[in-house]
Amino acid sequence: MSFPWAKQYQPTSAVGKWMDERLPLTRFVFNALGPGYPTPKNLNAFYNFGVLAGVALVIQIITGVVLAMHYAANTGIAFDSVEHIMRDVNGGWMLRYMHAVGASFFFGVVYIHIFRGLYYGSYKPPREVLWMLGLVIFLLMMATAFMGYVLVWGQMSFWGAQVITGLFSALPVVGTSIQTWLLGGFSPDNATLNRFFSLHYLLPFVIFGVIILHVWALHIPGSNNPTGVDVKSEADTVPFHPYYTAKDFVGLGVYLIIFSAFVFFMPNSLGEPDNYIPANPLSTPPHIVPEWYFWPFYAILRAFTTDFLGVPAKLWGVLAMFSSILLLFLLPWLDTSPVRSNNYRPLSRLLFWVFVVVAVVLGVCGGKPAEEPWVRLSQVLTAYYFAHFLIILPIVSKLEKTKPLPGSISEAVLAKYGSKAAGGAAPAAQPAE
Amino acid sequence: MIRLGALAVGLLFVVNVLWGALQPREAAAPDMTKELHKHPHAIAWAHNGPGNLGIFGTFDRGQLQRGFQVYKEVCSACHSIHRIAFRDLADLGYNEAQIKAIAAEYEMPALDNNGEPTTRKGTPADKFPLIYPNEQAARAAQNGALPPDLSLIIKAREGGADYVHSLLTGYSDNVPKGWTKPDTLYYNPYFRSVNIAMPPPLSADGQVAYTDGSPQTVDQYAKDVSAFLTWASEPKLENRKETGVAAIIFLIIMTGLGYMSYRKVWADVKKPA
Repeated sequence: MSFPWAKQYQPTSAVGKWMDERLPLTRFVFNALGPGYPTPKNLNAFYNFGVLAGVALVIQIITGVVLAMHYAANTGIAFDSVEHIMRDVNGGWMLRYMHAVGASFFFGVVYIHIFRGLYYGSYKPPREVLWMLGLVIFLLMMATAFMGYVLVWGQMSFWGAQVITGLFSALPVVGTSIQTWLLGGFSPDNATLNRFFSLHYLLPFVIFGVIILHVWALHIPGSNNPTGVDVKSEADTVPFHPYYTAKDFVGLGVYLIIFSAFVFFMPNSLGEPDNYIPANPLSTPPHIVPEWYFWPFYAILRAFTTDFLGVPAKLWGVLAMFSSILLLFLLPWLDTSPVRSNNYRPLSRLLFWVFVVVAVVLGVCGGKPAEEPWVRLSQVLTAYYFAHFLIILPIVSKLEKTKPLPGSISEAVLAKYGSKAAGGAAPAAQPAE
Repeated sequence: MIRLGALAVGLLFVVNVLWGALQPREAAAPDMTKELHKHPHAIAWAHNGPGNLGIFGTFDRGQLQRGFQVYKEVCSACHSIHRIAFRDLADLGYNEAQIKAIAAEYEMPALDNNGEPTTRKGTPADKFPLIYPNEQAARAAQNGALPPDLSLIIKAREGGADYVHSLLTGYSDNVPKGWTKPDTLYYNPYFRSVNIAMPPPLSADGQVAYTDGSPQTVDQYAKDVSAFLTWASEPKLENRKETGVAAIIFLIIMTGLGYMSYRKVWADVKKPA
């Protein structure tokens, strides 16, 4: 499970020794996040985002548990109870803004974490299960965030619930029944709100469980690194503690500063003003949009505007939206290049940045009303999204001429730091560390 | 096999969505609402602090009290602020006796000893009463339009206080050619659909008599009431910013110390070559 040179846990006290022989919990933490986990010594700042995502989840759980003490999951008073938290509960405004902004930041951090994995080929053997567990976490996050947004029971909550559950009605034969089953009625109502509250409280703990599996799966092969080259010797690694605990702490500080700037100075900038209007089933907002972190997928959903092969456009949109995430599960088998890191794959690296731009612009399209030029733009970008993973990457990974890999991580580090003046060709994509 | 399947699925989606992109679009009917609709002017609010950045800055108490006066004398004819309690007015700088007096001006629904509906005088613990008992009554009294509760209006509209100020001062009699305006509606380009049911509430300078010597203009009224409604939407705004400044100073120090220990911990790994 670890490298042979990993430090061994030595209980220092009699109590510690006694406990270690019965329940080696300290040993477990020591090996997971402590000195017992040898970590490549060349990890850059992008490798901080896994830890940040974990912190973001913990912030959500802590603030969420306290908010739930004051929130009432009943359509008659849900919105009022949120305002009660904002106005009358001690520190309630801070808890709610941290929770609302925290959801956005959780997604932001996870998106960077995913893109880091894409760039450095962290999904490739032997880390396929690690990658897939990460995608499971991502899917659970999306479900949790969607249901949490409904709990506010504002206009966007209500109509978001209507639209998202309505997606299932596109399925042939059983669609409408599934929507009714999900909502517990024919439209979002008290039954919906109650079950969403229950699940919104449950799923974060499921996420927590999958994160434990994710970290477990990480510790079998150990962390990938910016060169993508396997760890070869002790010279390639440093113990996680104190090296990466110290480094991640700095990253955490920077993260919390940016997070605080949003929470305290512009807490509503990431949300829709319409959600400060109580839900009204009789009045449809002119422009129903999900939160920004769903925009790329919303754009894909709306990009399918024509019936095709006898299948209605709406069903195509739903299939495409789900496929756009599910196809990532196949990525380890679509990209067959033996070279992991895009630092050594010139063509693939270019395509990576094209994909980043496509994903971001798709997000912009998803936040706009369904009118030209946004629809046509999202259609072209959606085409690229699917082509990128399903057509281009498999071909490129077969044909591409990769650059020579360094013999080891140490060699790469020496090449970078040892002769800085001579080797000025450090790729721009890799932040100097 | 996986790659062949992926290729097939990929082609299916790509051809499908590109086929959709190639379909001719119906020429979008020119939308006059969009052309006429104007974005609100940015105002330098006291509560946004230097540079209008929203980092520092506190409410101007005098402005909040004037805004409350405008609300009471003008807006409250139709609009409630039902999420605000009289006791909250302490934030505006009123003392306990003044708040009791303000609350006592309002009649609150109550039950008498026999359980019959009656009214009693308001107390500081009460919330501002609704203007209409329900939506139906409001619409019946307002030609079918519903005057929204204003407790959250600043956060519930794009543009916030800027929007409310521009809306209140944005009425115009010069309806552009080609634009149809029913007689029961008013022309206001800052409103989303341009035609608004609310008659111009602030119609003349001097409409509200200020006692503190502030200019008695429509523009000033609109600014004051927008500031008051900002407080109503976000009563903890000052507390929030103070906490934020303290939190960020703490975090910068913490991160700085963290950075120094990071340098020290890594010194032996990152030896200069």
